[in-house]
Amino acid sequence: MGLLEVKDVGKRFGGLQALSDVNLSVQENTVHAIIGPNGAGKSTLLNCLIGKLIPDTGSVTFQGQSVLGRKPHEINQMGISRIFQTPEIFGDLTVLENVLIPCFAKRDGSFRMHAFETVEAEKDLNEKAVAMLEDVNMQDKLQMQASSLSRGDKRRLEMAMSLVQDPKLLLLDEPTAGMARADTNSTIDLLKEIKEKRDITMAIIEHDMHVVFSLAERITVLAQGTPLVEDTPDNIRDHPKVREAYLGETQQT
Amino acid sequence: MLGLNQRDTKFLLIVIALTLFTPILLQPFPADSGLAQFNAGYPDLMQRFAIFGIFAIGFNILFGLTGYLSFGHAAFLGVGSYSTVWMFKLLNYNVLPGLVLAIIVSGLFALLIGYVSLRRSGIYFSILTLAFAQMSFNLAYSVLTPITNGETGLQVYNDDPQILMGENGITTTHFFGLKMNASHIMDVGPWQFTFNFGYYFCAVIAILAFYLSLRIFRSPFGMMLRAVKSNQQRMNYTGLSSRPYTLAAFVISGMYAGLAGGLLASMDPLAGAERMQWTASGEVVLMTILGGAGTMMGPILGAGFIKYFENIFSKINDQVLHGWFAFLPDGLENALVWLLHPFVGKGWHLTLGILFMLVVVFLPGGLVELGQRIRNMFRKKPKADNDGSHKPQQTPHVAE
Repeated sequence: MGLLEVKDVGKRFGGLQALSDVNLSVQENTVHAIIGPNGAGKSTLLNCLIGKLIPDTGSVTFQGQSVLGRKPHEINQMGISRIFQTPEIFGDLTVLENVLIPCFAKRDGSFRMHAFETVEAEKDLNEKAVAMLEDVNMQDKLQMQASSLSRGDKRRLEMAMSLVQDPKLLLLDEPTAGMARADTNSTIDLLKEIKEKRDITMAIIEHDMHVVFSLAERITVLAQGTPLVEDTPDNIRDHPKVREAYLGETQQT
Repeated sequence: MLGLNQRDTKFLLIVIALTLFTPILLQPFPADSGLAQFNAGYPDLMQRFAIFGIFAIGFNILFGLTGYLSFGHAAFLGVGSYSTVWMFKLLNYNVLPGLVLAIIVSGLFALLIGYVSLRRSGIYFSILTLAFAQMSFNLAYSVLTPITNGETGLQVYNDDPQILMGENGITTTHFFGLKMNASHIMDVGPWQFTFNFGYYFCAVIAILAFYLSLRIFRSPFGMMLRAVKSNQQRMNYTGLSSRPYTLAAFVISGMYAGLAGGLLASMDPLAGAERMQWTASGEVVLMTILGGAGTMMGPILGAGFIKYFENIFSKINDQVLHGWFAFLPDGLENALVWLLHPFVGKGWHLTLGILFMLVVVFLPGGLVELGQRIRNMFRKKPKADNDGSHKPQQTPHVAE
């Protein structure tokens, strides 16, 4: 059984059947990509995975526990971390504080009234946060205000914020959308580096083929709300149905 | 020291020194000189500085850290005052039980209002708090008259129980026998300084309140509150539930307001419903923004500034103006007085309004930013300062 199991999920918006009979299993320690042309239901599926939408039918389980109907912070506490399309960070806070906050969340749970401690006194967490920032090569920017970082650094910081919590599953929502080719490549390198350094499961929702084929070990192709095929990248590339539904179109544009 | 780093300790010591020497610092002009009316070192006003300082410090914990703009904080001020006066009526004139009750009752009240209001954010939150405060204000005037004594205001009467009063009990507010209105007047040459026990009582509590808020600002809890302001969605996806954090901040700031209200009643044992009116809620918003929201010193400066204006500027009337410009030819003198007339005396609100606009437009970080700019001008080389809290942060949009 996989880490994340999606079973018979269906979702309807008015007259539009956005998802129907979606079955998907993300295996531990793999990079699993979900691809598909615009309107295939990728975002709807992702929103079902993170609890933002509740599907009409079917179930989504993570390590055997249902994630449906849970609040975002509960899903995070279960071990699912999410990376957004545009980097979401705490812009007013320093880089170090940005990474300290997830450290506190991991250790103390979703709420704790630690009003009489000081942030500096938490030696362990500070060391952990600094070590994490060293991992993503940001150790010289600890005291910078996060909103003044470059876009690439913001992405790195966001990764650090997720990874410092040691999530079991990293959900990436089009991590390279709207990026220049150079930025896309550096994001790919960053993700590869992360994958090499630690055992982590990633689910990537993406429509950039370059990103998908550089990273994924397993690919699910979504078309019109249903999975068309699920296979390894090599097989997907040569699959006639996929070529017809998706890849052919992309290569022309 | 006391769980603060070196810089904050120095900061706290400066604040303590300033507070303790306020009766001297606010009395820079000799008693008989023409400028004596600008002296602010009399007990009533100094007490107000300290009390509204506490009110603004508390408000800043909510607004400065989380960005939630409450427009109903005066409700807690009123609740605190009523609680304290009730303790005077039931027990005796010792302020301690009253202040404790004020903090507890306003905390519970804040829990109730916060629980409902914090379901919304932005302008909707502001409107909800405003609605609650106006509701309390109107209730205090009408159906709650048995508790609030309606328009007359709640005060102590001779036939009140006052069960701890005893035979020759003290008939003014006191703290274990030390009377709030006791003053020691010291004459140094032409200067006259008044050291009032009530002021020092408020000042010590204000220092404690300031220290507490300094600790909150530096704590992980304070960091989380700043995270709420910065990006609430990210916070939720980081595994933190933002609701209890905002509710805790709301209750803490409500308790600060209740304490301030209790102190107001302790200095003058009378509580009226107008203390809860929306103008009073707006005043603390002005104080915080004028001084610099999100900074430690800002709200205190703002509170002092507004109270000074309210009490000193409003006393300048046409006669005083004529006195100042007496050396000018008559025509010019009259013209000048006519020109300045709308801005002084009863028109002090106009001056304050203009100053407020100037600060918001040119100094978004409030008076603290002004101080910082002046300091940087003298230093020439601005020091890289990354500690966010002393530095004026970008003022959030009012609806945030």
